[in-house]
Order: sequence, then structure tokens, then C-alpha cells
Amino acid sequence: MSTPNDIPNRPGRRLRLWRHFQLVPLLGWLAGLLAAVSAEQFVGLELAHLVELPRIPVLFGFENALKRPEMIPGTVLYILAIYLAPTLLVGRVLQTPANRLAGVLARNWPAVSIGLHLALLYAVLHLWSDVNDYRLIVVKITLIAVMVTLSLNVINGYMGEFSCSHPGFMALGAYAGSVVTIALFTNSSLFGKALLPAAIGPYLFPLALLAGGCVAAVGALVVAIPSFRTRGDYLAIISLAFTFIVKSLIENVEVVGGPRGMSGQPDWSTLPVVFACAVICVGVINNFVRSIYGKALNAVRDNEMAAEAMTVNTQHTKMVAFLFSAFWAGVAGVLFAHVLRYVNPGTFGLQQLAEVLAMVYFGGLNSVYGSIVGAVSINMLSEMLRPLEIWKWIFIPLLLILVMIFRPTGLISFKEFDPFRLIQPKDASNAKRRS
Amino acid sequence: MSVFLQNLINALQWGSFYALIAIGYSMVYSILMLFNFAHGDVFMTGAYIGFGVATALIALSAAGIIALPSWLILVLTILFSMVLTACLGMFIERVGYRPLRDAPRASAAITGLMIGIILETGNLILLGAQRVKFPALIQPVTYDLGGVFVTNQKIMIVVVSLSLALGLHQFIRHTKWGMAMRAMAFDYVVVPLMGVPINKIAAMTFALGSGLAAAAGILFGMAYPVLDPYMGIMFGWKAFVAAILGGRGSILGATLAGFILGFIEIFVAMVFPSTLRDFIAYSIILLILVFRPYGLFGEPYSVRLRL
Repeated sequence: MSTPNDIPNRPGRRLRLWRHFQLVPLLGWLAGLLAAVSAEQFVGLELAHLVELPRIPVLFGFENALKRPEMIPGTVLYILAIYLAPTLLVGRVLQTPANRLAGVLARNWPAVSIGLHLALLYAVLHLWSDVNDYRLIVVKITLIAVMVTLSLNVINGYMGEFSCSHPGFMALGAYAGSVVTIALFTNSSLFGKALLPAAIGPYLFPLALLAGGCVAAVGALVVAIPSFRTRGDYLAIISLAFTFIVKSLIENVEVVGGPRGMSGQPDWSTLPVVFACAVICVGVINNFVRSIYGKALNAVRDNEMAAEAMTVNTQHTKMVAFLFSAFWAGVAGVLFAHVLRYVNPGTFGLQQLAEVLAMVYFGGLNSVYGSIVGAVSINMLSEMLRPLEIWKWIFIPLLLILVMIFRPTGLISFKEFDPFRLIQPKDASNAKRRS
Repeated sequence: MSVFLQNLINALQWGSFYALIAIGYSMVYSILMLFNFAHGDVFMTGAYIGFGVATALIALSAAGIIALPSWLILVLTILFSMVLTACLGMFIERVGYRPLRDAPRASAAITGLMIGIILETGNLILLGAQRVKFPALIQPVTYDLGGVFVTNQKIMIVVVSLSLALGLHQFIRHTKWGMAMRAMAFDYVVVPLMGVPINKIAAMTFALGSGLAAAAGILFGMAYPVLDPYMGIMFGWKAFVAAILGGRGSILGATLAGFILGFIEIFVAMVFPSTLRDFIAYSIILLILVFRPYGLFGEPYSVRLRL
């Protein structure tokens, strides 16, 4: 292991301080974050009282600081002491062992290494959201948003269509999944007594997820088949009409509650379930877009005729892309319904559409990183800026317009996401090669 | 039969709102090849501007500062609000679309959506959440034509919107500016090289479209005198559907498709329960697009398609 001084460091391009942390691998950062959230568990409240905050700041203190400016110094101190200092310190201290461990694992058992990273990430999220219920909801909704954004990116980013049908897919999934769980496992006024004991419900919840995904995928046929003949704006209209039709259809089916919606879903969208689904979704979609199907999607986007000439079966490609994307949107819909434990057709309207589109285009087209960044940042921003009340809806759109003007394809677009590169250890030679 | 005629008149009125808004979408599309998704909210803003102008004029004339007959108030309201909203349209073009002219089209669509949200929220901040009531600008008179009831308002709405659409058509056909617009729609790349000022043409297109949207907003306010900040969303998207259905970039097509959409919605509500209106209306549109994928009056794909 070499000292950090060996690293070539162009002045002005990086903060001088950052030099000391350049060699910390992802494993080290996760350990540091874990230390930070555990510190919050144990001494968070005491520290909050010490810096004259009434309680632990929920989302990094924005909700206090925006409403009561006198709390700003306390909040800044809290964030420095609880989040920043332990993360940096532990990350730096564990640099050498973490690098060694990551190196051994990445060389011999890469799957184990990925599992370890995910376990650490889950532990961080679990401890962080353990502090109060609001955080838990925010984390779950954010993970679901990542799934929806990613699945929309398959169509809008990788295939280059402007699809407006995702609220419709989500609605189909949410209702199908809710019908399965409510009819089978709960005593409800809509479907009568439970058909199966509720105790085995959580184990059969994946079946509800599958059912939701499959119903959404079948619904996607309505959009996929016209897409053989139409492109661009006409497909946008067809998908938009699909969203209207689904919403209107659900409003007219009294069995699922009509416009009043449906409530009483069992509380099975726990954090582990949502986290597992999000991880599987990111993994599967990432493999999909890096496979030959993903390349075919890009070929269809860039020039459909040329793709057809180069033996890409465009109809098959479009069909697979729509069904695949709708499946994940449907799964996300089931999870969404079971997080809120209430759905109504109004949830899946134009508002939802604008939000999902904003996340995709903010984060970046044709990029898994971009979708994750877009979903997390838009969701977190809209929760953290809640105290601004109505002004929030001036601020976020302005931000998006600026992003569109200066980076028209989004923040992180056209970037490949390779989990096996993320888990590599960092040593000086590695850093040199990259810079 | 009289029910049918009555609904026909309602459909004409309802369709004229869609037509006026869809023309704005279609014009912007034919020049710049992008859809101005803020257009529905420009319609909403136009209605509110009309409300402000009408209230001010009525107050002025009630205070006796300037005595205006009621028909003059109506005309002035429409004219002033069209001009003000046209300025808003040009501003939107300058801020939101001009920097993005060479960007992917979807980025401009996102900017449009976001400008729409800003307009809605700005309206909420300025005027608060309560709905406002549009002042009655003309005394309602109802004519009974053999069981069919027609108000002078409905006649006026249809006449005004048709004459605005016709006026625009004449403007585009017979003036130098209109010729520049048609040239720009024909070839977006070469025509600017011939000395046609693209920025001025684009700004003018937005101004014309927004002016028509403002007229639609005022007419809507007269027919359904309760305004709320979110009324533009649904209208905007539906008029977008009409613009596509008519064939993109075709003004005649957009006008007709606006009326067709109005007819479909009204007559579906007449025959079926009204909760099924959207379902059936959009299923019909989906079917139309499956069989005529480039709209009713559009041309099939050509080299003009710029992605």
C-alpha cells in the first residue's frame, strides 16, 4: 500500500482535502455510513438536545432550518457531528482493511462481495429509517420511485420513445396486487371473508407482486401492438390515452371500489421486501439493458430502418421492451399500494406522470445511474422542501428547467452501470489509471 | 331529435374550446417540431388575465371614470387579454424553448411541463386557493327554436372561435409573415439561411397560439364561470390529443379534430353513463390512431421527422 502522496493531483481539479479520501473503497464508505447511522441511534437524541434541537432532525434538518432560521447552526453542527465526521473518519481509518477485504472478495467471490455491499447498504437504510416512521415511508417510496423511473427509462431512454403510460401500468399493478392480497388474506367488505389464513400471507406476497406485474404486462399489449406502426408523437398519444383509459376503467368497476378507491391492504411492504424488490429490479433491468436486447433497443432508437436491416427484429424488440418495462412498473405499483395501504384511481393521473417523467429526464436518459440519482434526488428534494409548502412547486420545476437547459439529456446520461467495477478495491495504481 | 340537436349545440361549444387550444399546439409544432406542454396552463392563465381585465373594466365603468357599453367591455377584455397572454407566450418561448432548440425534443417537453407547474403554482400563490367567479359580460338571452334552447352566449362562443380560426388561416395564407411561417414549417434548416428570422417567427408563433388560448380561456370563463388554477391541465392534454388526432402541424386538422373530440365526448355522455365518458372517448381515439397512425389530416412520415 502506498501513501496518498503518490497520487498525481492536479491542483484546482479536486479539493486538497479530498486527496486523503481518494483511496477509500465503496466498502469503506458503507462502513462509515453504518457508523454514522449507528451513532445517530445511540447518541442522536442527546446530541440534538445539546445543540438545542427539540428532536433528531428528520431529513437532514431541512424541515427545521427552513421554518425556524435560528436552528440552522444547531442543524449544521448536528449533521457535521453525526453524519459527516463518523463517515469520513471511519471510512479513512478502515481504508486499508476495507481495500484488502474488497480485493480478496472481488478476486475470488465477487457474488459474495456484492452481497456484503448490499447487506451493508440495507443495514444503513434500516438503521436510518428506524429513527421514525416518516423516514421509513420516505425510504420505501424512494425505492419504489427508483423502480418506476428505471422501468420508464427502458422505454424513454433506451428505446427513445416518449411513453406516457407508466401511471396506467402502475395502476393496473396496484389494483391487481391489492385484489389478490385483500381477497385471499383479509376479511374485507369488498370480497368477503379471507380464503387463506393470513399467517401465510407474507410468504405468498411475491405471488401478488408477480400477479400485479403480469397484469400490467398484459395491459402493455394495448400500447405495444400499436407501437409497431407508430412512433414518436403518435405513440405518446396512444400511451397517454392508455393512461386515461385505465384510470376511467377503474373508476367504473364497482368491485374494486370505483372512484372511492380501495383500502385495507395488509402491511406487507416492509423495508426488507421493498429493498429486495428494488435490488432485484435494478439488477435485472441493468442486465437487460446491457444484454443484446438493450443493444437492440438502442439500435431501434437511433435508426429503426437500419436496425431492421441489420437483422434486429424490431417488432419483437419493442414488444419485449414494453412488456418488460410494464412488468416492473406493475410490481412497483403493488408495493406502492401496500406501502400506502390505500389506492384510488386519482393517484395514477397526470400528476404522477409529470413526476415520473421529471425523475427520468432529471437523472439522465439511457443510464441506470441516472435513474437512481433522478428518483432519489427528486423524491428527497420534494420531501425535504415540504416546509416551503407551495413554493416547493416553484423551486423544483425551476431546478429541472435549469438542468434541461444546461444538460439536455439529464445529469448522468449514457453511462453504463457495472456493479462489479463498483466493488473493486482502490489502490494508487488504479487511481492513477483513472486520472 | 331535439335532444340530439341540443347536444349538437353543446358539442359545438365544447369543441370550440378544444379547437382553439389545439391550434396553438399545432402551430408551434409545425414551426419548431415540438409540443408546447405549457399550453394548457397558458389557457388557464389567459382565463385569469381575462378575469382580471374584465373585473377592472367593469369596476372602472361602474365608478363612472369611463363609461363603456357592455359589448365594448367584452371586446376590450378579449383584446387586452389576448395581447397580454401573447406576451406571456413570447416570454415562455424566450426562457424555456429558445435555449433548448437543438436539444432532444423530450427535454423541451419536460421544460414545458415544468413551466406549466410554475404557472399553476404562481397562480395559487398570487390569488390563493379559492376559486374565482368570472363576471357575466353579456346578458344571457335564451332562444327557443322548436324545443332546442340556444343562448346568445353559445352562439357567440362558436362564432368568435370559428372566426378566430378563420382569421388565423387567412393570416397564414395571405400575409408575408404567414408565408415565412409556412416556409419555416416546410424546412426548418434551410429557410433561416434565406434570411427569414427564425427567432422572430418562433416568438410570433407562440404569441399567436397563446392569444388564441387566451380567447379560449375567456370564452370558457363566460360559459362555465368558475376558474381554478388546475383547470388547464385536463384541457391542455385533451387539446394535445386533438392536435395529434388532426395530424401534427395541420391547423385545419387541429380545428376539426378539436370539434370531433368535443362531439365524441358530448355524445358518449349522452348515450352512456357519464362516468364512462373518458373510457369510451379515448378508446375511440386509440382505434382511430391504430388505423390512421399519422392522424386524420397528417402526412405519413417523411424526411421532415427530426428526432
